[in-house]
Amino acid sequence: MIDVFSQLPILLVAIPLFAAPICVLLGGRWLTYLLSLTVCGTTFAIAVGLLQQVGKFGTIHYEIGNWKPPYGIEYVVDPLSGFVMMFVSALAAVVLLYGKPSIDAEIPRSKHYLFYACYLLCMTGLLGMCITGDLFNVFVFLEINSLASYALISLGRTRRAPLAALQYLILGTIGATFFLIGIGLLYQMTGTLNMSDIAGRLDTETGPRTLLVAFGFMTVGLFVKMAVFPLHSWLPNSYCYAPSVVTAFVAATATKVSVYAFIRLVFGIFKPDFAFEQMPLGALLIGLSIVGIFVASIAAIFQDDVKRLLAYSSVAQIGYMLLGIGMATTQTLTAGIVHMFNHALIKGGLFMVVGCFVLRLGSSRLSDWRGAAKTMPWTSLAWAIGGLGLIGVPMTAGFVSKWLLLTGAFQAEQPLVAGVMLMSSLLAVVYVWRVVETLYFSEQLSPAVEKSKEAPVWMLVPMYLVILAVVVFGVWTPFSVGLAAEAAESLLPTDWDSAVTNMDAGGAP
Amino acid sequence: MISFPIIRIVTKLLIPYILLFGLYVQFHGDFGPGGGFQAGVIIASAIVLYSMVFGLPAAHKVAPPWVIEKLVAAGLLLYAGTGFASMFLPRPNQDVAVNGNFLEYAALRHNFLPGILPTDQHLGIFLVELGVGITVTAVMIIIFYAFAGRRRVA
Repeated sequence: MIDVFSQLPILLVAIPLFAAPICVLLGGRWLTYLLSLTVCGTTFAIAVGLLQQVGKFGTIHYEIGNWKPPYGIEYVVDPLSGFVMMFVSALAAVVLLYGKPSIDAEIPRSKHYLFYACYLLCMTGLLGMCITGDLFNVFVFLEINSLASYALISLGRTRRAPLAALQYLILGTIGATFFLIGIGLLYQMTGTLNMSDIAGRLDTETGPRTLLVAFGFMTVGLFVKMAVFPLHSWLPNSYCYAPSVVTAFVAATATKVSVYAFIRLVFGIFKPDFAFEQMPLGALLIGLSIVGIFVASIAAIFQDDVKRLLAYSSVAQIGYMLLGIGMATTQTLTAGIVHMFNHALIKGGLFMVVGCFVLRLGSSRLSDWRGAAKTMPWTSLAWAIGGLGLIGVPMTAGFVSKWLLLTGAFQAEQPLVAGVMLMSSLLAVVYVWRVVETLYFSEQLSPAVEKSKEAPVWMLVPMYLVILAVVVFGVWTPFSVGLAAEAAESLLPTDWDSAVTNMDAGGAP
Repeated sequence: MISFPIIRIVTKLLIPYILLFGLYVQFHGDFGPGGGFQAGVIIASAIVLYSMVFGLPAAHKVAPPWVIEKLVAAGLLLYAGTGFASMFLPRPNQDVAVNGNFLEYAALRHNFLPGILPTDQHLGIFLVELGVGITVTAVMIIIFYAFAGRRRVA
């Protein structure tokens, strides 16, 4: 029999990859749904198992085809990748568990089996990007995930969905191509594609100018995939016109995995010495994030479509993660990594709430949601709790990461950044409150609301699972913050921020 | 209606050779230039040529769209299945029995009809390339069908 434990890293990626074509061969609706749900659940279990093994035995290496690295492709699970894979697979499973009624309502029945195949491929791509230790393999998985998500987005109900998908396809391909050009230049300089091998061979002190070009191309390429402020234009349309389930899954995971790839690039390959001391990456990231947070938050305030509102809010939230990376102390990096996790829960949860409203009201326009708290009290309450998390109110997950970032900003002597963060949270209050006000305090019910009833229990339960997780991880921080701190410490050199002495991040809230 | 007899007859003569060349590129890819990607495109080009000369309905009879769609998945399944198979087979030349890693072709060693059937690394590459070939053929055909079958929406 096979030794399952030693094979876990590859099974994490290979099982969903294997299940996707089976979905296409099987066809039908229920069988493929059950298969994909089982696969997502199994994948989550594997990710948890891997995370536990990493905690016990340290970093796991797996050689594909038994080819020794740097010649073969190596899979690496360390605290950071384990953490990201855990929440990506968790959200994939929960969103699919929640999504059956929504999928039935929004996606043509003849396309269901293809939908599940794409969903699994999308998850494969995301997990592969996290687990692989090979730079070209990152590109391959980035493309698997992107192509699957273009297809998923184009399944939306309106005719604008394919257009939004095409827009994303064009920008996403440009981003991926930039990333590939960067990989090519690095390969030309070092003759290897294994990340740790490149890091060892790259002469960042006296190396050729090519290094700067490679770094620039890869950074900009990932900026597109992360939807960093000036390069975010694909995101609002894609999130707005995609089916609700797709939006919930993609919004919760895809941009975070790109942030993960960016962290790997900056701290794992080029090393912080090069990125922050020789190159002005810190100033660039902080500047773009601050402008992005403000512009996107203000844009969110003026949206009538709630999906689009949340999409702009996503652009703003990516800004917080990049602020954490840009200030580059152990604590802010911890905050950035924790915010990846917390925001995945919050935004995943909120988009699931929107999915419930869309199912019952048939629209994601705010004007059609007037007074929905009367007929859909549980769904509305979930919005309120998730919204508090998005603002960053104490006792929610959003507070934990923002608090860490805020105190980190003071310690890094960036009081301006701290002030800007506080002000931007007020903007979040405005756009979250607008929806709450419409739901709870509208005098007149909209016609759609009068005919509506509460969302089905099978959607509410998984949705509350995520929403309650927002509260749980706002109170119980050792797991999320502890893992993120461990990851941040492993990424930065030991004497990087000797000025920052107080590392007791776990007790912050 | 003009029937273009020369084009029809030349096409009928050419298609078997295109297919044969495709198979050559596919299976000789183990020893020389070639492989699944190139072979897949060549084989698909035979179907594309057929449907351009004899019309889309005739091509749908030869290669029904639903079969092609399943073939897209089958090729990937063959590739990934080869990977899984090597995880269930023992790694050769080991003192303690250890199973291979994912896609470890060496674990596919066998003694069945030696010299005729490929074995070991060769068998692994053979199967994987066959998977690639099937998927690429099917994808090229399905893309062509998607564009050719498009009707103007009123």
